[in-house]
Amino acid sequence: MSKDDKTPAPADGALWTDLRRLTAARIGLPRSGASLSTAPLLAFQLAHAQARDAVHAELDAPRLASDLAPLGLPVLTVSSAAADKSTYLMRPDLGRRLTPESEHTLAAAGQASPYDVVFVVSDGLSARAVQSHAAPVFSATLKILRRDGWRPAPLVIVERGRVAIGDAVASALCATCVVVLIGERPGLSAPDSMGAYLTCKPGTLTSDADRNCVSNIRPDGIGYADAAYKIAHLLTAMRRFGISGVSLKDASDRLQIGSN
Amino acid sequence: MYAATVGARRYVFADLKTLLAKATPARSGDALAGLIADSGEERVAAQFALADLPLTTFLNEAVVPYEDDEVTRLIIDSHDKAAFTAVSHLTVGALRDFLLSDHATSSVLTTLAPGLTPEMAAAVSKISRLQDLMVMAAKCTVVTRFRDTIGLPGRLSVRLQPNHPTDDARGIAASILDGLLLGAGDAVIGINPATDSPDRAHALLSMLDEIRARLDIPTQTCVLAHVTTTLDLIGKGSPVDLTFQSIAGTQGANKSFGIDLALLKEAHDATLSLRRGTIGDNVMYFETGQGSALSANAHHGVDQQTLEARAYAVARAFRPLLVNSVVGFIGPEYLYDGKQITRAGLEDHFCGKILGLPMGVDVCYTNHAEADQDDADALLALLTGSGVNFVMGVPGADDIMLGYQSTSFHDALAMRDLLHRKPAPEFETWLARHGLLDVQDRIRPRVMPSQFRALLPAEGT
Repeated sequence: MSKDDKTPAPADGALWTDLRRLTAARIGLPRSGASLSTAPLLAFQLAHAQARDAVHAELDAPRLASDLAPLGLPVLTVSSAAADKSTYLMRPDLGRRLTPESEHTLAAAGQASPYDVVFVVSDGLSARAVQSHAAPVFSATLKILRRDGWRPAPLVIVERGRVAIGDAVASALCATCVVVLIGERPGLSAPDSMGAYLTCKPGTLTSDADRNCVSNIRPDGIGYADAAYKIAHLLTAMRRFGISGVSLKDASDRLQIGSN
Repeated sequence: MYAATVGARRYVFADLKTLLAKATPARSGDALAGLIADSGEERVAAQFALADLPLTTFLNEAVVPYEDDEVTRLIIDSHDKAAFTAVSHLTVGALRDFLLSDHATSSVLTTLAPGLTPEMAAAVSKISRLQDLMVMAAKCTVVTRFRDTIGLPGRLSVRLQPNHPTDDARGIAASILDGLLLGAGDAVIGINPATDSPDRAHALLSMLDEIRARLDIPTQTCVLAHVTTTLDLIGKGSPVDLTFQSIAGTQGANKSFGIDLALLKEAHDATLSLRRGTIGDNVMYFETGQGSALSANAHHGVDQQTLEARAYAVARAFRPLLVNSVVGFIGPEYLYDGKQITRAGLEDHFCGKILGLPMGVDVCYTNHAEADQDDADALLALLTGSGVNFVMGVPGADDIMLGYQSTSFHDALAMRDLLHRKPAPEFETWLARHGLLDVQDRIRPRVMPSQFRALLPAEGT
């Protein structure tokens, strides 16, 4: 193979090194003929394999429950109506519903006066994300909320849940606000990203426009302390204004800017 | 009511949309909607019944009511009866036989296109194998022009897609240079912006126009913002070559996208009035994808592939430069795996082409779909063999803004070499002028031309 057959040309090597600082995009990849050279080909395969593994990894619910136990709240584990991963991927409607046994478990933990907030963890599309990030984010968030006198419900782990299953959990437990921590759709550069979806007064008519979201929670994205801070601030704003969703967003952003 | 008998068993289908849905090769979105055939035998029974259906049925029975839906009204009211005459006596099965026959030449199919409705095209696709879809589509030639000529036989164009998660101008410029060196961008240089901010879209349009003008590239640029954003920018004097919009096959689904036909007409007229095209005036860029109507809960009990074909009726009304089916983007709830994505990609390409549209396909998949690069390679090769007008070019196939895998600059290059396709002729001349072709006219960049280097925005801009 001649040297001319590959790019970037040796003279451009430094240029591409500089350009790659401007973007995470896979630019200036070495080429063999028209095709990718072996090294960038395998680098892509590795990133895809990691993203796929993240999607298909099963949640270790007992381990997560024991990670959450030190936070001082009871931990309940329930599951959605999607019985396995493949059903979960194909039937978003089942991922939004609780099984009858799960409803029963949660109803038994309800109390006469409503809880201020319930925290729900679900594997979603990346079990790895919540397995790693849920406990530290909860821990930091609860610290802030307890200081402010919030009364949280038991923590709820939902296997194979979609975001909207938080509405069903909140109804069953009788909670005013719900925070769902869930594994996000893995990209090639971020297989373990967690999202937090917050809803005030969730119910059967709640739509996605009624939720606030903190996404890309992971050490290389939005860090744990930062995420906890944003979640606590959004909850505080929800309690004050009695709403969540698109209309709340601006106010909470201003709040954060003010506190910075 | 429609029926077919298989052995001793009689299968009955209540209406046309049920017949179409039950005849559709299996896919997860139709299962999710509860429309899928209950058994393999029922599916083939429906295909038998569909094959025997006279084409005139589609002019008399709408799958979405005429009174309720402006897309149905567009399809019926704009139907070209003179063009239809050539096939008006045929059934769906006989139309498939005709389209595959040697009588159906490129020029015959061009004349026929306005006589076919989306539902007729969808019906033929449901009783066709992948090979049939390829053979029929490959006979269609749909040529469009703005600053270059897209869709000529033996050509394969590429949309250069230089997305960046924060719309960083320098990061985008770096991806554009990489793509241009590898011969991408003759379909369009098009950015999906990270937000729908008008200021941001204006800044990106200005940057794209400057790069295009300074390098004198015979191509067009686009920021894929919502049509209302682009309309405002046209009013404020931004350099808009093409107006982009996602479209779907029902009025309700289009409403969920924030559009209707009147708005698209307004945008088409406004974009035409700029007269920025040098060799043609195809100024619209549409994107579609199976499952969007169900996702918007506006599918009227119609299967997702028939509705996708109806989106092409919307596109057809505005003489687009480019129509792109983003086939695997929607996720496994609608197209579960590589097999379903592959079939959908070839169905969409066939239906669009036979209806007279300049079809491209974004061969893509998400990480939660059962698909990988092997599936993408296969579909890309099948589409190139089918004469697809254009495909995507994303650095290393990894779109870092949209979080999915599409086709890369290298993928397009490999297909051009393997299946002997050239870029758009004006663009090919431009590549040669910049020394990016080797002695055998293959795209083989060596060093970055100095004019390219000069385009990189300085640090801090």
